[in-house]
Amino acid sequence: MADEAAPTGADDTEVEATPGAAPEELFGALLTRSGGQLVLHPSREQYPKLLRTLHESGYHMVIDLCGVDYLTHSGRTGVPASVATERFEVVVNLINHKERARLRLRVQIPVDDARLASAFDLYPGTEAMERETFDMFGISFDGHPDLTRILMPEDWLGHPLRKDYDSGRIPVQFKGAPANRPATR
Amino acid sequence: MTTTHEAPANLAQTSEGAQELTSRDVISAGERLRELGAVLRLSESEALDAELDAVVDDETMIINMGPQHPSTHGVLRLMLELQGETVLRCKPIIGYLHTGMERTGEDLTYLQGPTNVTRMDYAAPLFTELAFSLTVEKLLDIEVPERAVWIRMLMTEMNRISSHLLFMATNGMDLGAVSMMLYGWREREEALRFLQEVTGLRMNHNYIRPGGVAADLPDGWRDSILRLLDMLPPRLDEYDVLMTNQPIWRERLQGIGVISAEECLALGVTGPILRSTGYDWDLRRDMPYLAFDKIDFDVVVGSFGDCFDRFAIRLAEIRESMKIVRQCLENMPKGDYRIQDKKVTPPPRARIDESMEALIHHFKIFTEGFKVPEGEAYVAIESPRGELGCYIVSDGSPNPYRMHVRAPSFVNLQTLPHLMHGNLVADAVAIISSVDPILGEVDR
Repeated sequence: MADEAAPTGADDTEVEATPGAAPEELFGALLTRSGGQLVLHPSREQYPKLLRTLHESGYHMVIDLCGVDYLTHSGRTGVPASVATERFEVVVNLINHKERARLRLRVQIPVDDARLASAFDLYPGTEAMERETFDMFGISFDGHPDLTRILMPEDWLGHPLRKDYDSGRIPVQFKGAPANRPATR
Repeated sequence: MTTTHEAPANLAQTSEGAQELTSRDVISAGERLRELGAVLRLSESEALDAELDAVVDDETMIINMGPQHPSTHGVLRLMLELQGETVLRCKPIIGYLHTGMERTGEDLTYLQGPTNVTRMDYAAPLFTELAFSLTVEKLLDIEVPERAVWIRMLMTEMNRISSHLLFMATNGMDLGAVSMMLYGWREREEALRFLQEVTGLRMNHNYIRPGGVAADLPDGWRDSILRLLDMLPPRLDEYDVLMTNQPIWRERLQGIGVISAEECLALGVTGPILRSTGYDWDLRRDMPYLAFDKIDFDVVVGSFGDCFDRFAIRLAEIRESMKIVRQCLENMPKGDYRIQDKKVTPPPRARIDESMEALIHHFKIFTEGFKVPEGEAYVAIESPRGELGCYIVSDGSPNPYRMHVRAPSFVNLQTLPHLMHGNLVADAVAIISSVDPILGEVDR
């Protein structure tokens, strides 16, 4: 994949940061690399401001926004040591058409206060994606115009992509199942 | 079966909002802003005032279109607010085909994954398989053999042809050109026949897998493609006669459902809809994956951003795809069609009888699956509908920890309120059709 050109402001060196060295930053947020892809780790407070900066720097399109529930995978790698990991993450993929660069944001969301500022004002295209993330993970987006369930029925209980949500296996009964018709001889 | 019960606070939060389009006197400015299709031009306060004075509430009517409607391409439900014949607001309501495929993907191994994702975009199944496989390969940090790369390119472009032919058929059908429907279907069947020859199935192929492809190209594949490449151009010329150059067709589509490049960028819209505005962007050329940097083809762009441009772009893209297929035919390298990494690729059937290791590998791969190193990756490709991306988080186990597919139709559907605003209800069908949503991919 040749899709990662270094955007302006990024170091040209593709070397992984050595432990102990000062953490790399880009647009004021901590930067890591995941298989050559640039990943930013803004805090929830930094997130709206960072989006604005990115919008001004040519990242005109939010390609994707989704949630991840790290309930059963707490010891994850790829997050800088100074970032406190939380149960949820909102992952935002942005694209810069001019420099042909991609950037990924990973925002940590605690479970007891699962909310994040909406990107709707800057990127109206996140409307459906934020609704989906809300629907599947129960993460609220402040400032979203219409935060309702989008894929599940509106009276559904629970958020299906959370790891503690039972995906509901229907037991298959091969023997002794009641017949649809009364037995005739 | 047990169900998780949420705290009452969460329940209130999730059941308060109806998904339906609400009448004008109860909606908020933010929602109006969105439904007016005016997010880019109006401020929130303006949105409250604009049109609200001009339109008297009892002159408008909210009607329901779908989910079972022949021209909504599946189970898309639209709520339209009409004033007479004019559509003022529109809200797509989706989820009728939601089957939790992202959740299912977490329970399947990486080898089983393609069977699941292939059912998302059922008109272009190979693309979702490709996006999934490329993401897994990125996490594994492996390179597939060159022949596999070119086979993948050949097959996805054939799939693009069949998908766009399906669009030709349904677009004709939606606008009343029933003969076009039959022609489109006829040619698509020919393209599917080739896919069937190679993969064994017309749809939902499960052909592109992590590590390569499922099988090598069969004997006589060159002749099949050459036959197809000879057959298609005259048929496409017929389409030009039947539709492109026909005044009724042009009247029906030109100037209908106009969108600007700025609106497309803001809404995250990709693919033919973005290109119809004159915005020159195609991942195959601009961020090449597979071996598209070695291929010579043109990116087709429109200039008006209307339904006709979107139709014409897709027709022209069939011709471009044929160019790519021809180059794949000429440059198809020899070699292996899948990676010879025993941890990823199951051994050939013959080896199982003679080698204990092969038997063990075979058993391990099909029962437990192969482990993928911890990490996360997002890889995107250009599907017939736009950018199709796959985001996978791996925790080091044989199943994806989280598998998310960025479906182009899901995002492109957001243009409907913008495209429909101010158009006639009769044109609504033309607009839905020109967005070309695949509901399997929208709802996943």
